Amino acid sequence: MRRLATDTLIIAERNLVRLPRAPDLLLAFTVQPIMFVLLFRYVFGGAIHTGYRNYADFLIPGIIVQNIAFGGFVTALGLNEDVHKGLIDRFRSLPMARPAVLAGRTLADIVTNLLSVAVLLVAGLIIGFSFKTTVPEALAGVGLLILFGYAFSWFFAFVGLLVSSPESANSVGFIAVFPLTFVSSAFVPIQTFPTVLRDFADVNPFTIMVNAMRHLWEHGHGISGANVWQALLWTAVIFAVFAPVAVARYRRATGG
Amino acid sequence: MSLDGEAAISVRGLAKAFGEVQALDGVDLDVRRGTVLGLLGPNGAGKTTFVRVLTTLLPPDAGEARVAGLDVVRQARELRERIGLAGQYAAVDENLTGLENLVMVGRLYGAGRRAARSRGTELLERFELDEAGRRPVKTYSGGMRRRLDLAAALVAEPPVLFLDEPTTGLDPRSRLALWDVIEGLVGGGTTVLLTTQYLEEADRLAGMIAVIDHGRLIAEGTSDELKSRVGGIRLEVTLEEGADADLARRALDGMGEDEPVLEDGLVKLSVRERRGTIVEAVRRLSDAGVGVDDLALRRPTLDDVFLTLTGHVAEEQAEADEDEKAMVA
Repeated sequence: MRRLATDTLIIAERNLVRLPRAPDLLLAFTVQPIMFVLLFRYVFGGAIHTGYRNYADFLIPGIIVQNIAFGGFVTALGLNEDVHKGLIDRFRSLPMARPAVLAGRTLADIVTNLLSVAVLLVAGLIIGFSFKTTVPEALAGVGLLILFGYAFSWFFAFVGLLVSSPESANSVGFIAVFPLTFVSSAFVPIQTFPTVLRDFADVNPFTIMVNAMRHLWEHGHGISGANVWQALLWTAVIFAVFAPVAVARYRRATGG
Repeated sequence: MSLDGEAAISVRGLAKAFGEVQALDGVDLDVRRGTVLGLLGPNGAGKTTFVRVLTTLLPPDAGEARVAGLDVVRQARELRERIGLAGQYAAVDENLTGLENLVMVGRLYGAGRRAARSRGTELLERFELDEAGRRPVKTYSGGMRRRLDLAAALVAEPPVLFLDEPTTGLDPRSRLALWDVIEGLVGGGTTVLLTTQYLEEADRLAGMIAVIDHGRLIAEGTSDELKSRVGGIRLEVTLEEGADADLARRALDGMGEDEPVLEDGLVKLSVRERRGTIVEAVRRLSDAGVGVDDLALRRPTLDDVFLTLTGHVAEEQAEADEDEKAMVA
C-alpha cells in the first residue's frame, strides 16, 4: 500500500510538471469553457426560460458539470500517448505498484479540474452568477464536483487505453459524453424536451449531478438533498465500474 | 532439457501466439552471465515478443523462462527489480527534462529523491547528456533520446539488460556513438540481450548470435561461425550485354570457396580474402575475353544469412508485430 501511494504521487508529479510545458491542453481547458459560457449566456441565454431570474445562475452549475466531466480527457490523451511512445512498457517493466500509473494520472486531474472550476467560477461571477447558499453548502458543491470529475477520469483512463489513437479517444469522448451532457438539465429545463428525451434526461446522471449542484449553490436547505445523494451514488458507480476495467486494461496494454 | 540455473537467461520451449500467428514457436536459449547475445532476425520474426516475455510485459503461452535466476511469470515482481529495458521507441517523457526522466525512473525503482537525483546526474554525464539534462526531451535529437532511454534502463544498475533494436531508425553517426556506449556497458559485466536487424550490429556488439525466424531459433553461434556458414565475402560481377556468362563462370572457377553461379544476371561467388580479389578477377575475365560492366565485393548481409539458413529471403514478416498492435487497438 505504501508503495502504491509513493508511486502514485511520483506519477502525479510527473503529470503536473509536464502540464505547463504543453500549453495547448491548458488552453483547451480554460479558454474553451469560457467561450461556452459567453455563448450560452449571451447568444442562447436570452431565449431560454428557466424559471430562474438570472440565466447565469442556471447556466454555471450546468456548464461546470459538463466541463468537469471532460476534465479527465487529459488522462485519455496522456495515457494514449504513453502507450504509443512506449512509456507504458517502461512503467510495466519497473518494480512499481501496478495501478499507480493510472492512479497518479487521475490524481493529477484533480488539480487541473480545480483549476478549471476556479476559472469558470470567476467567469461566472463576472457574467452575473452568484452563490445563494451558505459557505459549507457551496464548498460541498465544489467537493462533489471534484469527486464526480475524479470518477470520470477513470472512464477516460479506460478510453485512453482502449482506443488506438488520440483522435479516436477524442471521438469516443465526444460521442459518448457530449450528447449526455446536452440531453440533461445542464443548459435548458428538460420540461420542453419531447417525451422520450425527457424520460432519458430524467435518469441521466448529468441531470442528477447538475440538479445536485443547483441544490448546493442556488437552492440551499442543507447539503443532504436527495439529488446530492443520488449524484454521489452515480459518482461511486462510475468509479466502481471504470477503475477496475481501466486497471485490467492497463495490465494488458502493450506498446506498438 | 531443463533450465540452466547458472545462466543469466535460460529459456525452454517458450511459445506465444497472437491469434493465428505463432510469434514464438518453442524457443530454447541460454545466455551466460556477463556475455552479450545478439538476437538477429527480420521485422516480425519474434524478437520483440521474446524480449517482452522475458521482461514480464507479456505472459508466455507455454514453456518457461528464468532471468537472473527468477521465473518470468511466478517471480515477475522481484524480477522487475533486476532488469533494465531499452527499446526501439525511446520510452522517455518528451515534456520532462532528461534529468526529470531519470529521477522519475529511479524513484519508481524505489530510490529516494536525493539518491535518484545523484544517480541521474551521474548517468547524464556518462552518456554526455549533462548539458542537455535540463532541457525538455522534445528538444533532443534521435540519438540523444536513445542514449537517455538507455540511461533510464541503467538507473538501477540491473544485472541483466534488454536492448530491443537499440539503433533502429538512427542515422549512421548516432548508431556508431550508441555502439560505443553499449560496448562500454558490456565491459562492466552486465549480461545483455540485444535484438537487431543488422548483422553488422550483432557482429560488433555480441559475442554470441542467435538467428530467429518465424518464432524459431534457426542458428546459434559466434559471428565467425555464422559467417562461415554464409560463405564470407561475395564477389559479384555484372557482365557487359551479350557477354558469355558460362565463359565468365569458367574463368572465375577456382578463385573462391564455391563454384561461380549465375543469379539475377550476376555472376556470383564466395571468396575468402578481400585483398587482391578484384585484380585477380579482372585479370581472369579479360584473359578469357569476357566484357565486364561492374565488379563488386559484398560482405554477407542479414539477407545472405537468411538465404543460407532458411532458403528464403529475409522478407518482412510484419504479421506478428502487427497482430500485437491489433490486440491493443
